[in-house]
Amino acid sequence: MKKWLDLLSTIWLGLSTHKLRSFLTILGIVIGVASVIILMSIGRGATAQILSNIQRMGSNLVTIMPGSFSFGGIRGGVSQTLTMEDAEAISQQVPDISAVAPSYSSNLQLVVGGKNTNSQVTGVTTEYMSVNNLKVASGTFFSGQDYERGAKVAVLGSSVVETLFGSTSPIGQQMRMGTIIVRVIGVLESKGGGFNSPDEAVFIPLTAMQQAVSQPRTAQGGRVVSSITLTVSDEKESPQVVEEITSLLRDRHRLGAGTDDDFRIMSMEELASALSQATGTMTLLLGAIAGISLLVGGIGVMNIMLVSVLERTREIGIRKALGARERDIWVQFLIEAALLTFAGGIIGAIIGWLVSYFVNSMGLMTTVVTPDIVILAVSVSVFIGLFFGFYPAWNASRLNPIEALRSE
Amino acid sequence: MIRLESITKSYPMGKRELVVLKGITLNIEKGELVAIMGPSGSGKTTLLNLLGCLDKPTSGSYYLEDREVSRLNSGELARIRGQKIGFIFQTFNLLSRLTALSNVELGMTYAGGINRQRAIEALAKVGLSDRVNHRPIELSGGEQQRVAIARALVKDPALFLADEPTGQLDSRSGEEIISILTSLHAEQGITLVVVTHDANIAQFCQRIIHLKDGEIVAEESV
Repeated sequence: MKKWLDLLSTIWLGLSTHKLRSFLTILGIVIGVASVIILMSIGRGATAQILSNIQRMGSNLVTIMPGSFSFGGIRGGVSQTLTMEDAEAISQQVPDISAVAPSYSSNLQLVVGGKNTNSQVTGVTTEYMSVNNLKVASGTFFSGQDYERGAKVAVLGSSVVETLFGSTSPIGQQMRMGTIIVRVIGVLESKGGGFNSPDEAVFIPLTAMQQAVSQPRTAQGGRVVSSITLTVSDEKESPQVVEEITSLLRDRHRLGAGTDDDFRIMSMEELASALSQATGTMTLLLGAIAGISLLVGGIGVMNIMLVSVLERTREIGIRKALGARERDIWVQFLIEAALLTFAGGIIGAIIGWLVSYFVNSMGLMTTVVTPDIVILAVSVSVFIGLFFGFYPAWNASRLNPIEALRSE
Repeated sequence: MIRLESITKSYPMGKRELVVLKGITLNIEKGELVAIMGPSGSGKTTLLNLLGCLDKPTSGSYYLEDREVSRLNSGELARIRGQKIGFIFQTFNLLSRLTALSNVELGMTYAGGINRQRAIEALAKVGLSDRVNHRPIELSGGEQQRVAIARALVKDPALFLADEPTGQLDSRSGEEIISILTSLHAEQGITLVVVTHDANIAQFCQRIIHLKDGEIVAEESV
């Protein structure tokens, strides 16, 4: 123990006599570690943000859509393979599902007074709202009773309202939808734009939809739906639920072994893991780029250590004359290099953390600094010190004491 | 205590060999004060390096305290240097960034560990109690050499080796150093081998060995 304290004080003396040089030596490591931490924190921040967005949409959501059909090796368009009966079968036979919402969409002309627009109208069941995490901003969604009797009522997305009604309240207003007249009973909360945004949608009871357009039937007589969305009671069960739905649907659609699925299942859980994998790769890439600067810093350390050994040849000679073994000299210089880079790592970690913190608090970007990044960056910098200090230290230890003592 | 038997040392020089020592046989008793004199190129520094275990002989045997050390590996030689040998150099060889005290402590670093009290005592023995925290640059040449003596003294070595200890000093400082060495010999019975040109030193020794062209040409007892 005492021996090590003596060694540390020896090294400290060596480093503190050349304060500026020691500082410049570790500057490369400081910058390297700081940039690793900053870039990794940005990458982690992006991952966290994407995951929280998905969480908001409902991470337990699973969507089933008809797949493209292929016949005799020829791929065709989107097929009409999913039916109401499929949805009912899933609801009854697959465990761990909290709600199933089949829907049928069609593009219809909407006319209010002099204004008209073409919009995707979706016929849905009452479960659709809760499954898709939708909320009404004003009015109500249609009730089970409305659904049962095929009431001609509609709930509109906020963009649609703006197009057709401007600033006047649409609640209670009549609207022409294709061949039928519907009454607006609710407006949805805006969820912001994007793919499949409900802001652009119009929802009516599926039973009413069947009056507006003729819902096609499959060869087996099933009522075709455009998609089935459902929620899994526990998102961890998602992969298993997807598997069970797949085998159930394949069975119902009489797909033999070797035939492709005629439907696609997408779970949010799967999407989330795919996205976080993608951002994880990006984070690693950013970290690797920053890691290169650490490597360059390491080469700087090696350079300075070689100079330092050369400059202290006489000191090494003296130490050897006083009884230092090769190992003693080697350990001294190796620990000196490792201490330098360790100090650089600590300073870099503090700077990196501060910068990430400010970037986050000023709202420029979401950054997440986790202890594992800091520990990783600091230990990598120590490793770099050991790696790049190895050769100079070995050089020092191999000096011939007689020649070393003679050097100026 | 020291026994050299037919020690030779040669260095490769191109295709030929440069023979520096040609069969040195020598005994030095414990507590002896021996001077090695000779013109430059006579091999006296090489002999001193061998005695100090900084180098190994090409052939022959070297017994230090009845232990054959001429065939040891570098790590074992370093251990012997640390524990048995106290060097005093012509150019002092102190570390300039360390204080006198730290320089003395450096002598103990590789010989069992630092003991501050003993380091202070060693500095007192060479009359530097009031210079403990001075750096070499703040000390005179004579004082620097006294620090170097304290650094050797502090680990109580079996053998002191001095290489022209007064070579860089004015005559007054040189005399001081000689008197410190002789009084250490008188009081503590140290064994000292000193390589020198300086007849002043030689006259205080009990035995003078004259070296020429790698051979002992004369030995006189004073």
